[in-house]
Amino acid sequence: MTDPVIEMQGITKSFPGVRALSGVSFGVRPGEVQALVGENGAGKSTLIKILSGVYQADAGEVRMNGEAVHFVHPVESLRAGIAVIYQEFSLLPERTVAQNLFLGREPRTRFGLIDSAKMRADTREVLALFAAAGRIDPDRTVGELDVATQQVVEIAKAVSTGARVVVMDEPTAALNEAECEELFATVDTLRARGVAIIYITHRMREITRLADRVTVLKDGEVAARFDEVPAPDAIVRAMVGRDIADFYAPPATPEEIGDPVLTVRGAGNAMLHQIDLDVRAGEIVGLAGIQGAGRVALAMALFGETPFEHGQVTLNGERVSFQTPRSAILGGIGLLPGDRKSEGLVLMQSVRDNGMLTSRAFAPLWSSDRRNAFTDRARMDALLDHMEIRAASYDQDIRALSGGNQQKAIVARWLSMRPKLLIFIEPTRGIDVNSKAGIYHLMRDLAREGAGILMISSDLPEVIGAADRVLVMQEGRIAAEFPHGATEQDIMHAATGETGVAA
Amino acid sequence: MSDSATAPKRRLPQINPVWVLLTVLVVAIIFMNPRFIEPTGYMNFLKRAAPLAILAAGQVYVITSGGFDLSVGSLITLVVVGSSMLTNNDPTATYWVIPLMLAMGLGVGAVNGLVVCFLRVPSLIATLGMMITLNGLAFLWSGGAPRGYLPDTFRFFGRELIRDVPLVRFIPVSVIVLVVVVGLLAWLMHRTNLGRQVHAIGDNPVAARLAGVAVNRVRITAFMLSGLSAAIAGILLGGFAGVSTDVGSGYELQAITAAVLGGAQLLGGRGSVPAALGGALALTAIFTLLNFLGLPQPVRQVVQGLILIAAVAFAMHRRRQTGT
Repeated sequence: MTDPVIEMQGITKSFPGVRALSGVSFGVRPGEVQALVGENGAGKSTLIKILSGVYQADAGEVRMNGEAVHFVHPVESLRAGIAVIYQEFSLLPERTVAQNLFLGREPRTRFGLIDSAKMRADTREVLALFAAAGRIDPDRTVGELDVATQQVVEIAKAVSTGARVVVMDEPTAALNEAECEELFATVDTLRARGVAIIYITHRMREITRLADRVTVLKDGEVAARFDEVPAPDAIVRAMVGRDIADFYAPPATPEEIGDPVLTVRGAGNAMLHQIDLDVRAGEIVGLAGIQGAGRVALAMALFGETPFEHGQVTLNGERVSFQTPRSAILGGIGLLPGDRKSEGLVLMQSVRDNGMLTSRAFAPLWSSDRRNAFTDRARMDALLDHMEIRAASYDQDIRALSGGNQQKAIVARWLSMRPKLLIFIEPTRGIDVNSKAGIYHLMRDLAREGAGILMISSDLPEVIGAADRVLVMQEGRIAAEFPHGATEQDIMHAATGETGVAA
Repeated sequence: MSDSATAPKRRLPQINPVWVLLTVLVVAIIFMNPRFIEPTGYMNFLKRAAPLAILAAGQVYVITSGGFDLSVGSLITLVVVGSSMLTNNDPTATYWVIPLMLAMGLGVGAVNGLVVCFLRVPSLIATLGMMITLNGLAFLWSGGAPRGYLPDTFRFFGRELIRDVPLVRFIPVSVIVLVVVVGLLAWLMHRTNLGRQVHAIGDNPVAARLAGVAVNRVRITAFMLSGLSAAIAGILLGGFAGVSTDVGSGYELQAITAAVLGGAQLLGGRGSVPAALGGALALTAIFTLLNFLGLPQPVRQVVQGLILIAAVAFAMHRRRQTGT
């Protein structure tokens, strides 16, 4: 067995008030893919940042090829042969592929000028390693390439600098199915060349497909280490620290599902075509699809932010045509935006103010902020208590709270309005696993009380586990519908349009 | 969460630094002029500070909502000049001129707000344009040479004193106006739905809209309150300083400086009316001190400019430390 190229031992790192890592040991060997998994906040990013010299560990040691190293700046780790591919790329969008690949180390002619011909040839040579090589012209500017191709260039750059350790941080987050397959092939190529790969992901499928070994982090400690890839359940159990049998709330029984609260017929606008949709009282409808398939556009059309231009929408038996979010809210629709920070929260305001925002927006401007027709301070506080929001005080700025607690405060905003239809966009993105379970059960409680729920999510297991029915969108249309219990493969096929089967 | 560890530290009473600054300045003034602690001293100080304090209390609405209102200085000028033209030395005219001027303030604010909301002109530019326009109007209206006087009935608010008051001997009418107006604006800002929504739209307009806030209505209301406060400040200044075509010049930046000294967050989301009052008093105290020191007018401008920069730099520093 080969010796590890990277060995991290007893790594401990604290930030003010938080212990991010305690005594974490982690290693990777040449020619292996080591999957690093864990919930958000488990310490994966901190560990990588210590490896690459962005942070310095409080205790513990990093060894590279058996020698202790102390990187104090990412440039040093890069020189030593550790390349980190972040989700945001470090490429210059206005430069060509070749210029990016050889940035700062361009080949020179005898006269000290840049040898463009050699640079182009060398670029082709490096790119030839990858399946996508045929698509990439060294003279194209990087900004013109799609995300998947940019990622290949980024990886090629790492390879061309002679990186022996490549860290990939959720590399498939923005890729479609075909692009993912290409990336997997790229990873295989790197592995065959003896590069050590640290692969951070949430997705069990990728672990099964790619990993040689798996390390699971939980709360800043190594929760489990697998020298062979185990069944997904074992990994999830290690990540979550408990069985996930009751992770999702049970689906609705037929008696719990009532009349349609929302009916859409033949509706559309610039981004949406021929939308037919029903959401019934007591039902959670999942909306799946790849990025840009029109799921968010559909939510925003229902909510009046980018309204439908034609077609019929009926809400609780009445024909409606909402042109602004405000009118949609008055009509009985609520929406939890997909990006909490930029669309959901007023970060400098208190937890309570965030919870009361909508109810205040529909009360007279000049009346007291303590009490309105929908709720009052005491009732809002009781609601926040009921949702078990962890905050030092509800007067505290909401920006100090964790993602899960912030999300619950936004849910509280809508609960006091008693909407008939509630749209959740990526309800559990970036929140920890216990808060996720809390949100799923909250959604189910709302449905039981008679609301219809439309849940948009890119997390397929979530769509499958939490929804009573799954609709799949593709290119602005609803392409397929599946009952509760569909498989990820079914949904993925419908979402990417590889097969036209609809249930 | 880390809250439990840091919470006790956070619960220490947080005193807005503007009150510390104001206390230091007042002590310095008393040190240089012991008669300041007599009613004539501090009441005259408050009387002088009243227009700026009212203006700052209005400005803080616009700043908290995420904008600037640069038009208030020339709005003051227009109110003073317009009042002198309309009253035309007729004491009975005051009773319709003052409501008209207040309406004009609201109207100018409404136009500012409409331009920002519907023509999508950034408030800095929209109100700068309004500032130049109003200045021009004031000149046109007066023909460049305003007729000198306002009737005493009009000047009552800025100049008169209420005598024989127990404890303090006398109270200037302008101080009563100050207390009433700032009290009302403070209540509106910190105890009503309007105030909470002004904060929300300045903090994150997208989130506010998606939460159902009528963003335009709230924004226009903020500009109207700023315009109204400028009209009130103009009425006080007219009584206090008399008529000229530059009576309001520079007041817009003083008001912004006062609001920022009070901790209002430029670009919105945070702002306090009482603290803006503190900022206005502190700024007036600084000017008073410079007067005592016998420093000429241009020095005042230098100091004011430096204070504005220093206050914003200090706020940015604190924000970095608290990790925004």
